[in-house]
Amino acid sequence: MSEPHRITAGFLPLLDSALLVVAREKGFARMEGVDLVLVRENSWASIRDRLAVGHFNVAHMLAPMPIACNLGLSPLAAKTIAPMALGLGGNAVTVSLDVWRSMRNHGAATDFNPVSTGAALREVIVERARNGGRPLHFAVVHPHSGHNYELRYWLSASGIDPDADIEIVILPPPFMADALASGHIDGYCVGEPWNTAAVMKAVGRIVTVKAAIWKSSPEKVLGVAAPWAEANEKALSALLRALCRAAQWCGTPANHDELALLLSSQIYVDCPAEWLLPALQGVIAAGEGENVAVADFFVPHAKAATFPWKSHALWFYSQMARWGQVTANTAHEEIARNTYRPDLYRAALKVLGVALPGANAKVEGALQTATPVGSAGASLVLGPDGFFDGKVFDPERIGDYLPG
Amino acid sequence: MTGGPLSILVIDENRIRAAIIEAGLREAGHERVTLVHDITGIARQIAEIEPDVIVIDLENPNRDMLENMFQLSRAVKRPIAMFVDRSDAASIEAAVDAGVSAYVVDGLRKERVKPILEMAISRFNAFSRMARELEEARSELANRKLIDRAKGILMKSRGLSEAAAYALLRKTAMNQNRKISDIAQSLITAEGLLVPESGEGT
Repeated sequence: MSEPHRITAGFLPLLDSALLVVAREKGFARMEGVDLVLVRENSWASIRDRLAVGHFNVAHMLAPMPIACNLGLSPLAAKTIAPMALGLGGNAVTVSLDVWRSMRNHGAATDFNPVSTGAALREVIVERARNGGRPLHFAVVHPHSGHNYELRYWLSASGIDPDADIEIVILPPPFMADALASGHIDGYCVGEPWNTAAVMKAVGRIVTVKAAIWKSSPEKVLGVAAPWAEANEKALSALLRALCRAAQWCGTPANHDELALLLSSQIYVDCPAEWLLPALQGVIAAGEGENVAVADFFVPHAKAATFPWKSHALWFYSQMARWGQVTANTAHEEIARNTYRPDLYRAALKVLGVALPGANAKVEGALQTATPVGSAGASLVLGPDGFFDGKVFDPERIGDYLPG
Repeated sequence: MTGGPLSILVIDENRIRAAIIEAGLREAGHERVTLVHDITGIARQIAEIEPDVIVIDLENPNRDMLENMFQLSRAVKRPIAMFVDRSDAASIEAAVDAGVSAYVVDGLRKERVKPILEMAISRFNAFSRMARELEEARSELANRKLIDRAKGILMKSRGLSEAAAYALLRKTAMNQNRKISDIAQSLITAEGLLVPESGEGT
C-alpha cells in the first residue's frame, strides 16, 4: 500500500466536529489511506490564520466563513473552498432565566415555536425600553456565522431590529453559559453542547432552535485551502469519502452513546457526555425539567446533509448583503457561488454509491414535507426545509429576496 | 499619527510573556505600551488608549470578538487591519508560527510597524523555547521518579541490585521499542493491581 495521505485539520470544540473526530477515531480515515491529524483551536480566527499559512490543510469551519474569506471580509484572507458540509442544524437560542420569566409572562410557548417565542421576546424588549432598561445583549460566535444570521433572521421576522433594539456581541462557544450566568449577556445563539451547558448549569432556558427557524439548514463545512486542494486532489477525495462514512456512522442511532462518549473526551469537546446526548437524540432539555422533541435537530448524514449546496452559499451571501457586511453585486454573488464545490463532492463520493443530488442548488424553504428528489447512486429524500416565516429563497432570484 | 510615538497595546493572558514583550518594546524605545491580561471591558480601554498597534497571542479565545470590534465598533475610531502588510507572506507565516498576531491601524507606514512585529515574533519564540525547556525538565524529573519507584519494585520482588534492576528496565524498553519511563509506569500499574490494598481480602 502506498504512503498514507497526511492531512491536518483544525476544529473547535463543538458537537459538529463529530464527523472529523469519528473519521479519525473509528478508522474511516485510515481505511481511505488518510492519516488524519486533528488540532483543537480556541477561535475561528485561529482556524482561518492557520489554514492560510498552511498549518492546516482543512478545517471545521462556519459555513459562511470560506465565503467571507474569498470576499476579502476577513483580516487575513486566503482562498478557501467548501467541498463538503459537516451536517445540518445543531444550534439553539438560549436566554437567561430572568429574560425567560419575562417572556413567559408575555405568553412564550415552551415548545420552541419561534413565532411565539419571538413575539414574546419582542414584548420583553419593548417593555424594557419603556422602563429605561439597557438593551438586551445577545452573543453569537462570529459575525460570519450561521448563528449570527439565523438569530437576526428570527429577530427581524419577529419585529425586532437586531441592530437597534438589542446589541449583538461575539463570544467563544464554551464561554457562553458562564457569560449568561454572570449577567454579561442576556442570551445567545450557539451550537451544541453549549446551549445544553446552560440548562445543565441551571442558568438558562432554550427558547428556540435552528431546526425550527429554518428546517434542514446548513451550519458547518469542511473548509479547504484552495492551493492545497488543487495540489492534493487524491488526498482530498479520500478525506471526503472518509468523512462521508463517518457521517453515516454518526447518523446511526445505535452509535449515539459511543459518539457522545468519544466527543466528551478532554482532547475533543471536553464536556460531560450527557451534555452531547440531547442534540444527538433530538430530545432537547429546555430547562426547568422540560424536554422537547425536535425533528432533525442535528442531521449528520440523511437528507444529503453533507452536500455543499450552492443555494446555501448564496443564502449566506444574501444575509451578508442584508446586514451590510458586503455590497450586493453579481461579482460578489459569483464568488459566493464558486466557493462551494459540489463537483468535488460528487467526484469523490461517486464510488461509494451514496445518494448524490442531481442539482447543485435548490429553492430553499419550498419543501413542506419530506420529498423524494432526483439523485444518482441511491434514492434521496430532502426536507422539510421551511423557514419559520414561510418565506422562500430562490437562488436564481436573489435580487427579489434582498430588501430594496 | 505620522511621526509621533506609537501607542502599542499588548493583550496576553500570560503575564510573563506579556512582560517579556513589554520589556522588548521599551528597550526598542517605545514608551507608550499598555498591557492587558483580562479582556473584560476591553472596548473602553481601546477607546482610551487609541492604540496604533495591537499585539495579541494567537491562542487567545477572544480574538473573534476583538476582530469584530476592530471592524465595526464605535470604540475603535480608525479601522484596524491585521498584520503589517498582507503581501508580506513571510512575516505573516513567521507570526502565526510563533503564535502571535498583530493588528495595525490603517495608514500606518509599514516600516514603522515591522520592527515591532519582528520583535514580538522573536520574543514569542524565545518564550515558547523557555516554556518547552521547562516542561522537558519537569517531565524529566517526573520520569526519574517513576524509574526510581520501578527499580524499587524490582529490587524488592526479585532481589536485584539497583544496577541490575535498571539494566532490566532498560533492556525491556529496548526490546519493546518503548521509553524506560513507559515500562516503569506499566510496572507500577501492574504492581498496584497485584498487591492487595491494605484491608482488602484480609
